Amino acid sequence: MNASFVLTRARIDVGALAPEVRTDEDGAVATFVGTARRTSQGRRVLRLEYEAYEPMVRAEMARIFADARDRFRVGEVRVVHRVGLVPIGEASIAIAVAAPHRADALGACRHLIDRIKETVPIWKKEVFEDGAAWGGDRS
Amino acid sequence: MQVRVRLFAGLRERFGAEEILLDDLPGDATVSTVRAILESRCPDLRGLPAAAAVNLAYVPGDRRLEEGDEVALLPPVSGG
Repeated sequence: MNASFVLTRARIDVGALAPEVRTDEDGAVATFVGTARRTSQGRRVLRLEYEAYEPMVRAEMARIFADARDRFRVGEVRVVHRVGLVPIGEASIAIAVAAPHRADALGACRHLIDRIKETVPIWKKEVFEDGAAWGGDRS
Repeated sequence: MQVRVRLFAGLRERFGAEEILLDDLPGDATVSTVRAILESRCPDLRGLPAAAAVNLAYVPGDRRLEEGDEVALLPPVSGG
């Protein structure tokens, strides 16, 4: 497994990720894209703002990649997380996992997004028409 | 003993600073000591949930601190 992680303030080019990870040894590429949603807990969201503790994000991602390496047989893995302002409809995170077989590609992709949401020190602020809130729902 | 303290998200906003230096901590200071000092300066922080990290790794509240440590108080994360 060869894993890379990028934090960026720029728009994520979601379509570029899958071709970047795939090699001729892979029979499957799994991707996950998290996008900024218009509605949260019944309120209209104007935009999201993400804040990150960058050096710890990198340390935590290294631990998560090491754990995934023990659990799944995968090839190239890329994770891109956006910080700063994320307009509604644009991606906040994109993950691509290439593997010889689909079970490892899908399993590793699911494992990565679940672990990232649990432990990586990044925070989302939902900005509403009449206020703002950190966190949002946990689903 | 001196440590650097970093604050994020709602904790940062309520405290009004993203980073402070704490000097003259007792030699047996822990993460909980730091949290208590911040709460005494800013009572608004009381009751807010936060995990702690020292030098970029999660630690329990009773973790003893050392000179030069970077302590971070981390509200529940919500990335992804």
